[in-house]
Amino acid sequence: MTKNCHNDYKMKFSLEEEYPDLSQHNNHMAKALTKEIYEKLRSKSTPSGFTLDDIIQTGVDNPGHPFIMTVGCVAGDEESYEVFKDLLDPVISDRHGGYKPTDKHNTDLNWENLKGGDDLDPNYVQSSRVRTGRSLKGYTLPPHNSRGERRAVEKLSIEAMTSLDGEFKGKYYPLKDMTEKEQDQLIADHFLFDKPVSPLLLASGMARDWPDARGIYHNDNKTFLVWVNEEDHLRVISMQKGGNMKEVFKRFCVGLQKIEDVFKKHNHGFMWNEHLGFILTCPSNLGTGLRGGVHVKLPKLSTHPKFEEILTRLRLQKRGTGGVDTASVGGVFDISNADRLGSSEVQQVQLVVDGVKLMIEMEKKLEKGESIDDMIPAQK
Amino acid sequence: MASNFARILSSKRNVGILSLVGAGSLSVGFFLTREQYVSAGAQVRRLYPASADYPDLRKHNNCMASHLTPALYAKLCDKATPNGFTLDQAIQTGVDNPGHPFIKTVGMVAGDEESYEVFADLFDPVIKERHNGYNARIMKHPTDLESSKIRGGQFDDNYVLSSRVRTGRSIRGLSLPPACTRAERRDVERVVISALAGLKGNLAGKYYSLTEMTEKEQQQLIDDHFLFDKPVSPLLTCAGMARDWPDARGIWHNNEKTFLVWVNEEDHTRVISMEKGGNMKRVFERFCRGLQEVEHLIQEKGWEFMWNEHLGYILTCPSNLGTGLRAGVHIKLPRLSKDPRFPKILDNLRLQKRGTGGVDTAAVGSTFDISNLDRLGQSEVQLVQTVIDGVNYLIECEKRLEKGQDIKIPAPISQFK
Repeated sequence: MTKNCHNDYKMKFSLEEEYPDLSQHNNHMAKALTKEIYEKLRSKSTPSGFTLDDIIQTGVDNPGHPFIMTVGCVAGDEESYEVFKDLLDPVISDRHGGYKPTDKHNTDLNWENLKGGDDLDPNYVQSSRVRTGRSLKGYTLPPHNSRGERRAVEKLSIEAMTSLDGEFKGKYYPLKDMTEKEQDQLIADHFLFDKPVSPLLLASGMARDWPDARGIYHNDNKTFLVWVNEEDHLRVISMQKGGNMKEVFKRFCVGLQKIEDVFKKHNHGFMWNEHLGFILTCPSNLGTGLRGGVHVKLPKLSTHPKFEEILTRLRLQKRGTGGVDTASVGGVFDISNADRLGSSEVQQVQLVVDGVKLMIEMEKKLEKGESIDDMIPAQK
Repeated sequence: MASNFARILSSKRNVGILSLVGAGSLSVGFFLTREQYVSAGAQVRRLYPASADYPDLRKHNNCMASHLTPALYAKLCDKATPNGFTLDQAIQTGVDNPGHPFIKTVGMVAGDEESYEVFADLFDPVIKERHNGYNARIMKHPTDLESSKIRGGQFDDNYVLSSRVRTGRSIRGLSLPPACTRAERRDVERVVISALAGLKGNLAGKYYSLTEMTEKEQQQLIDDHFLFDKPVSPLLTCAGMARDWPDARGIWHNNEKTFLVWVNEEDHTRVISMEKGGNMKRVFERFCRGLQEVEHLIQEKGWEFMWNEHLGYILTCPSNLGTGLRAGVHIKLPRLSKDPRFPKILDNLRLQKRGTGGVDTAAVGSTFDISNLDRLGQSEVQLVQTVIDGVNYLIECEKRLEKGQDIKIPAPISQFK
């Protein structure tokens, strides 16, 4: 097998010679990787041929990110998380609040368990969104897959999505056949994924063969979307304008269940295990893979000295409205759950709902010139 | 590390080196045919039939896409070089970059010296298209670094701002930038800077490792046109050449800043001679002398450059095979560049224009980078002479246009002299 052949060739060089220079680096991989671990794992590869250097390449090439501490490693297939656990377990632990190799992850996609969430103030909350990723068992992941595999994932996904009806009924748009105009429109509407320019993605090989077998499915209402073959096999998104997060989450759970049934029929159900939950390309998305959030106007609160601390205590994170690599524009922030692994979908969305509600109250107080010191929450 | 006999295979100056190795192992190396290379290389286990993995090249316009048929893909897709470099890796850059606005790109790279053999069925037609019909199976490439053969070569400084000659060299036995491991890349760095440390006189200089250079030093070198770009061009990044940046990358230059060596950018080494003004003759003289000294210093340590009699110097991109030489000037041609006959004139003179920022850029104002189009099938001396004669002609045209006189499109000069 190619990768093993190249890896065998590489073994002729010493550990010292091959070990990456991480002296300028600040990402989870660089923190966790030691020469001992590298030595232990460098001769290994997964059955499909993914190796340690493949795992860490993105972290070697991208020493650090100004807005967010990056993970710096990716999985090439389901087995990566087993074969390279000596590196990935400490990375997972560091990224996911001390999650231990023996911990079990709880999956809960019963939308009825969510309390409230249907009434976030639309004067502040511009839009609500929940996304997750899913990987199809039996295929390798975007950093590693061949064109044939990627196309097989697309084909199966199209079948699953075109079987949807009711509010989920829609259409699949392969990126290859989309016009530039359609594409720009979908990006502007926050529907489409970026053309891959982020070096975080490029360095791991996820953008190979673009735009082959990439595409987007959305329902006629444009409230349920599926991205195919971007950073993961599937990214499933439920979204709408305004603050009714409950409705967004319901649609999310129901839609996911429907498409999972189709994949299972073909023996390509979702990659999942009781320790790591849903298996995705980036270790940061393990567990629920869920990012539930809102675009919310917090011009005063966001400049308050305690803003970061409030977010941390609420277990939330902020991003710019253009996505993970961007800064905020005009006091509008993307606020979402920080956690992925170790708590369930329902729990994470609950944190968003409760936390955003509180922050809007704070914003209103600040508008009136009042203090928010007695509103600062305890650590959740 | 490649075995001894492979390293000395097809060396041009092999008399002294032959004595290093026993005749028995030598003969095995000499007679490896292409078929043996291919079968000696690794086999790639594929999960899908070739047809499922064949890239979609319908929107593509590069040399690789022009020649990679489904049948050819099927033939080569399960092969790999002895170090494990595959067809998919070779063509990835061409799949990811359908076409370039300023120039028809090659769309594939070599990962090691053996790539050109194992994947010859694809490389050969690409080489043929890129190098004006050059038949790599049959034709022989002339190498000539005797700079005394150059005639003329001192341009009018009113037009020519600077003169430059560059080439690349690969160290035999180590994989090329798309495929090299960190250890191999560091080996290249070690071998090269050890050799460069032996240069003397007006070639004596110093090495600046990219990992230790300050941002300020780096920017200054870029502005002086001395340093290579941080890899942002997708043509390079998609081929994997930018992995582990800036590990084992650096620049060596002599104290006068007229002779430079880039280490581990698109090739193992890029060797550059340059200076302000129009003295191309002196630039080329220094170029040849420096190259020959570096080669000598490397050989003293038992290394050599990748070279064979069909492809000349082996480099990462097929476009740089042969001489790997680009000799050019930065030249002001305000009138001629606006003349509609300009492209045809350049074409007939076997010259190309680029922006002054390098291959991926557009011209600024009316200052152009003018250099030779060809690399393979003609020697270094021949190509530099072509540039000298051509640039002189362009200056003549510009002068005539200044005086309101008319200009003529020259007859096309022949290739493969």
